[in-house]
Amino acid sequence: MKNILGRKVGMTSVFTDDGRHVPVTVIEAGPCTVVERRTKESHGYDAVALGFGAIKKTRVTRALAGHFKKQGVEATRFVREFRSGIDGVEVGQTVTVAGFEPGDRVDIVGISKGHGFAGGIKRHNFSGGGASHGSMIHRQPASNGDTNAGRVVRGSRRPGHFGVDRTTHQNLEVVRADAERNLLLVRGPVPGAKGALVVVRKSVKAASAAAEAK
Amino acid sequence: MNVIDVLNREQLKSNVPEFRSGDTVKVYSKVVEGDKERVQMFEGIVTVRKGGGGKEAITVRRVAHGVGVEKTFLIHSPRVEKIEVSKRGIVRRSRLYYLTEKIGKAARVREKKVAR
Repeated sequence: MKNILGRKVGMTSVFTDDGRHVPVTVIEAGPCTVVERRTKESHGYDAVALGFGAIKKTRVTRALAGHFKKQGVEATRFVREFRSGIDGVEVGQTVTVAGFEPGDRVDIVGISKGHGFAGGIKRHNFSGGGASHGSMIHRQPASNGDTNAGRVVRGSRRPGHFGVDRTTHQNLEVVRADAERNLLLVRGPVPGAKGALVVVRKSVKAASAAAEAK
Repeated sequence: MNVIDVLNREQLKSNVPEFRSGDTVKVYSKVVEGDKERVQMFEGIVTVRKGGGGKEAITVRRVAHGVGVEKTFLIHSPRVEKIEVSKRGIVRRSRLYYLTEKIGKAARVREKKVAR
């Protein structure tokens, strides 16, 4: 199964077998247990819930504890559902990075780093004003729009809270999958801070491209 | 030790000889031609040695048919098969950018006599 939960460790660069030197994000992924199997008949949709990470017994909420008990599995810190690529997956089964191969394409979901209350330059890539020569518009957002309208258009890009959003990076290449150490190396950056939970899914774009090729 | 340090350490080569800028080295690297792979040798003066860990790279300069050629190699790349030191040079800086502007006799590096 090409779905897994993991923890972002950080970035480095590695040499691939074909001699390329690529920037990678190291993800400590799995081992995950299949916590629940949702079916169309009883829940209205098909999905598999994966659990990841150790948790103290006392930290599990009563509601979740009951849930785990009913399925007969150990309690885990994180539980996330996956809807695709779940054929033949049973409750209690362990999911590791062994299901991934170099060259696979994955989508990675994470919670982006928080930037607090950020201005237009950082938040929306505004270019900013001049630095000197009497320019008084340095990092200001400048005009907010038409004065004739007498109001600010909805959805216009303004300073505000930036980051801590659920972010998906699509179509990332798996560079290495190390089943012994439960490591997944993915080319390029991945949203989130070090140590944060990341969800690795089979790539949507790669799947549709493959379907089109057929 | 954290996971990233372990990963970085694993890809370092143990057979890299000791050399620094000013030395003349032979770099044997694998090149792909069509569907064949062969080893190519490039000999010249090391003008820059920079970076650390897996990113450590050298720039090698030679004058071929009157044209200066500089190539950079990642020391720990699997494409670089072997590095041999053929001469030791005496230089007073770590990055020999000044060689680019010199031609002929001025572009020489004094050789260090090494007892073998």
